[in-house]
Amino acid sequence: MIEVLKPGLFTTVQDLGRWGYQSYGVGIAGALDPFALSAANLLVGNPENAAGLEITVQGPTLKFHRETTLAIVGADLDPILDGQSIPNRTCVLAPSASTLSFKARKSGVRAYLAVSGGIDVPLVMESRSTYLLGKFGGLDGRAIKAQDLIPMGDPPANYRKGVGRSFPEEFLPPYRKNPILRVVLGPFDEFFSQEGIRDFLSTPYTITAQSDRMGYRLQGIPITRRKKEELITCGLANGTIQVPPNGQPILLLVDRQTIGGYPVIATMIHADLSLVAQSAPGDELRFSAVSPDEGREAYIRLWGNLDRFKGLSFLRKL
Amino acid sequence: MECAPRIRPAGDRALFIEFGTEINPEINLRVQEFYRRTDAHKIPGIGEMIPSYCSILVYYDPFLLSFAETSAWAGQFLSSEPLQNLMSAPVKEVPVLYGGEYGPDLSFVARHNQSSEEEVIRLHAGKDYLVYVVGFSPGFAAMGIVPPQVQAPRQASPRTKVPAGSVGIGGLQTGIYAVESPGGWQLIGRTPLKLFNLERNPPSFFQAGDYARFYPIDEKEYKRIQESGIRTKGPILFYPDA
Repeated sequence: MIEVLKPGLFTTVQDLGRWGYQSYGVGIAGALDPFALSAANLLVGNPENAAGLEITVQGPTLKFHRETTLAIVGADLDPILDGQSIPNRTCVLAPSASTLSFKARKSGVRAYLAVSGGIDVPLVMESRSTYLLGKFGGLDGRAIKAQDLIPMGDPPANYRKGVGRSFPEEFLPPYRKNPILRVVLGPFDEFFSQEGIRDFLSTPYTITAQSDRMGYRLQGIPITRRKKEELITCGLANGTIQVPPNGQPILLLVDRQTIGGYPVIATMIHADLSLVAQSAPGDELRFSAVSPDEGREAYIRLWGNLDRFKGLSFLRKL
Repeated sequence: MECAPRIRPAGDRALFIEFGTEINPEINLRVQEFYRRTDAHKIPGIGEMIPSYCSILVYYDPFLLSFAETSAWAGQFLSSEPLQNLMSAPVKEVPVLYGGEYGPDLSFVARHNQSSEEEVIRLHAGKDYLVYVVGFSPGFAAMGIVPPQVQAPRQASPRTKVPAGSVGIGGLQTGIYAVESPGGWQLIGRTPLKLFNLERNPPSFFQAGDYARFYPIDEKEYKRIQESGIRTKGPILFYPDA
């Protein structure tokens, strides 16, 4: 068990999401930075889709009721174990009754904590992810609160062997402030004027305070329309960028509604989801257009790093 | 209007097929037909789909498939062959307690149409509706088209909390909120049926392509169904938790 002494700002249980139920109106939820969660999982010997904690901006204080290994990847929130600073993206041994806390945010927005054996809340529709709108998954579909006892799964027999191992920085997404995000134009770019698309691709859009796991509302030069017709409500992909009548784009993320009716100017590629997850209100986003094939190559290259890391770990054992 | 289906990318992990650009049963049935026909012929890498009014979103795994390969696979099912008969889709009956605290906007809908509450109920319950889409929130079923004297605009500002089971009117459509959520439709009644259940697979009572038929019940019957989970008027398909 992990006992929650202080919940932090907003911490939820997430895995790689609840795929397969969007046609019933059930959103995917899951880690906003799925690569960081997967990297943390591999460091502690878990499958890459095991559930961990998504920690937002201000970390919780957690007490481990049994010995475990842990790893934190994503935002740097300056983690402290029993009073000692511990490194990020590194497998660390946390003794029984040890306490993990976080000092302050140094970079990024969301840190992912994986523990050996994973967070073992019940599966709901094949996923442990917290789904706030549906009020299910994770801990009753809500953020953690003080006095929660979060169940941990049984660790692998040799879980201590990973202690000290780090996830190479060059294998991580290129996290940076004010990132350039790659998008595939469409499926409804014909609703927008040439100037609108030019503005979208050439000027920065600032993340506003109205931004959460459902989506980020952005502010910048209003994107002008060519077609005034309304769009008929349609299915929404992860990373959809829709533009309501005020011309200010909304970037839709994992807790979005499954369908929606604003024209979609572009859809972000999945490899760059991690960069969005680590961007905060006030940061600027820029967009650059790529083809679906370029998006696919970026996806295969990024997620292929998990296999490269597994390969390195295997060599280490020889 | 109906057009030749168009396939376009929706990012690097999904493609979007548009069958038309309006809400009508013929186009929606083409979406449903595609959804059902392809389900049995999925190849590795084809993921879940989100059917909607006149389009469908198809997810794929970029490790296994490219946009071109996924388009080619989908294209096989877009021939202009006549529609298979989907009219065999089930008609699911839904008991509704209309008006009062359960349907606070029934009087508005009646006034908007210069009609009476009784007439709105009679007309709303008087026909079968095609479920165009299930989405927005878990299990929300949007269906239509409602008779002209039942139509009403959405609320100017959505309610922050609409109770589960609420039956609403949104323009030409009627729909049921399966779980408590924010919502802007005019609420004319509520069903005691549990339309979204985590323990079931599928979790949603309605699926796109189903038909719905409403029938009025009184408060006593509402409470009885709510408590016992059993209906007396036989539905064609019985949902064990309903």
